[in-house]
Amino acid sequence: MKIRRAWRVLQRHWTVYTKLYKSSFALNFIEPVLYLLAMGMGLGMFVADINGQSYIKFIGPGIIASSSMFAAVYECTYGTYIRMTFQKTFDAILATPVNIDDLIAAELAWAAVKSVIYGVTIMIVVALFGIVDSWLLVLAVPCIFLCGLIFAEISMITTALVPGIDSFSYFYTLFMTPLFLFSGIFFPVDTLPRAVAGVAWFTPLYHLVNICRAFAAGKVAVVLGSVVWIAVVAVVLALVPFRLMRRRVIQ
Amino acid sequence: MADNNTIVAAQGLVKKYGIVTAVDGVDLGIAPGECFGFLGPNGAGKTTVMRIISCFLPPTSGTVTVFGLDVTKEPSRIKSRLGVMPQEDNLDPDLSVFENLIVYARYFDIPKRDSVPLANELLTFVELQDRGGMNIKELSGGMKRRLMLARALVNTPELLILDEPTTGLDPHSRRAVWERLNQLKFRNTTLLLTTHYMEEAERLCDRVAIMDSGRVVAVDAPQNLMEKHGGDLEDVYLKLTGRSLED
Repeated sequence: MKIRRAWRVLQRHWTVYTKLYKSSFALNFIEPVLYLLAMGMGLGMFVADINGQSYIKFIGPGIIASSSMFAAVYECTYGTYIRMTFQKTFDAILATPVNIDDLIAAELAWAAVKSVIYGVTIMIVVALFGIVDSWLLVLAVPCIFLCGLIFAEISMITTALVPGIDSFSYFYTLFMTPLFLFSGIFFPVDTLPRAVAGVAWFTPLYHLVNICRAFAAGKVAVVLGSVVWIAVVAVVLALVPFRLMRRRVIQ
Repeated sequence: MADNNTIVAAQGLVKKYGIVTAVDGVDLGIAPGECFGFLGPNGAGKTTVMRIISCFLPPTSGTVTVFGLDVTKEPSRIKSRLGVMPQEDNLDPDLSVFENLIVYARYFDIPKRDSVPLANELLTFVELQDRGGMNIKELSGGMKRRLMLARALVNTPELLILDEPTTGLDPHSRRAVWERLNQLKFRNTTLLLTTHYMEEAERLCDRVAIMDSGRVVAVDAPQNLMEKHGGDLEDVYLKLTGRSLED
C-alpha cells in the first residue's frame, strides 16, 4: 500500500462529493433533525430526566454518534458495492498505478472522513438546539474518525462477502437497526437485563455514544475506556477487509 | 522469447478459476511498435490473457513480463506505462467528460497544469472537444468508446491494451476508432487488442494469435495465415477454432 496512491483515490471521492453533496447532504442531515424533534421534543415531554438530564439533552449526543455511523456504513456498503460492480469504477482505477490495497485503504479512509463530516454537522445542529454543555465535545471528533473507520471496516467486510446488493438488507435489519436501538442513544443500556446490556459493550456505537455524551457534558475522564476500545478495535479489524476484498476483486 | 526487444513476454501462462482452466499454457512475445491481435470464440481466454498482462489478475502459473518487469512483482511500475481500454463501459458516471480525464490523469500523478491541456488535446484527438462538460449518461455508445480511448492515453502509454475496441459500434464510429488506432501505430505505440471482426484484425494487426479453449492455436501475420490455410481470415478462424463447440 502506498499513501500517495491511496490519496489519489481519496481525491477522486472528494471531487465527486463536492460535485454532488448538495443532493445527498440534505438527506443525511434532515433525518437526525427529525429524530431530535420527534424523540427529543415530542416524546421527551413525557420522559423523566435521565441521570439529571432532560431527554433531548440525553439523546442529542447519541444522534451525533449514529449519524456519523450511518455515513460510514452507507459509504462502504452501497457506495463501495456500486463502485465495485455496477459502475466498474474499481476496474478503471485498478488499470492505473493504483493497486487494490491502495484502493481499499482509500475507501475506508473516505468513509471515516464522511463520518467526521456528518458527525460535525450534527454536532453543530445539536449545539444550535442549545443542548451542549461543554465545548469539550469538539474533542470527540478524532473518536468519530476512528469509530467511522471501524464501521467502514465492518461494512467493507460485509461488502466483500455479500452475493448481491439485496443482501445488504440483512446487514441493516439484523445488525444496524439493533445497534441503533440498543447502544444507549434512546435510553441507558443498564436499564436492560444484564446479559443484553453486556452485549452492548462489544459494539462500537455504544462506545461512541458514551464518548459523545460524556464529552458534551464536559466529563472526559469517565469514558477513557471507550476511547481506548475504539482505537484498539479500529487497528485490530484493519487487515480483514483488505484480505477479503483482495479475494473478491482479484480472482 | 524474452529478449530486450520484447514488450510483452509470456511463458507457460496458465490461469485457472477453481476447476475451470481459462488459459492453458500460452507462450507469447510481442515486439515494440507491433499491433498484435487476439482472435477466438467467446470464452477462449483472450480477455483473461489481456487482464493478466494489464496486471489485473495474477497468473496461476507461468511467467508474464511487460517491459521486462514481472506482472506479479511490479504491477504499479508496469501500469504507469500502460493504457487499458476495457470491453465494458467503466467511465466514472459521477464525473463529466472532461473531469473523467483530469481525475484519471491524477492517478498517474499528472498535475493539473499538465492534465488540463492534455485532456483538451485528447478530446480533440477523439473528436469530443465540444463535449467536455457533458455527463457520461448523455454520451452515445460510440462517444463513450472514444472517451475510453482518450482516457487510456492520458499517461502516453507505450503499450495500449484494447479489449474489443469497436464491439457494438456503428460503421462510422468503428472507422473513427480504427483511424485513431492507426495514428497511434504510426506514433510507434504497441497495440494489443482482441476482436471478433476479421476486417478489424486484417486492417490493424501485424500479427494475430488465434485462441481456442485457452490455447493459442496459431500465431502469424494475417496474410501468412490465409496463404497457409487458404480462404480469407474468417475461413482460417473457423477452421482453427470452435472444436469445443462441436463436442
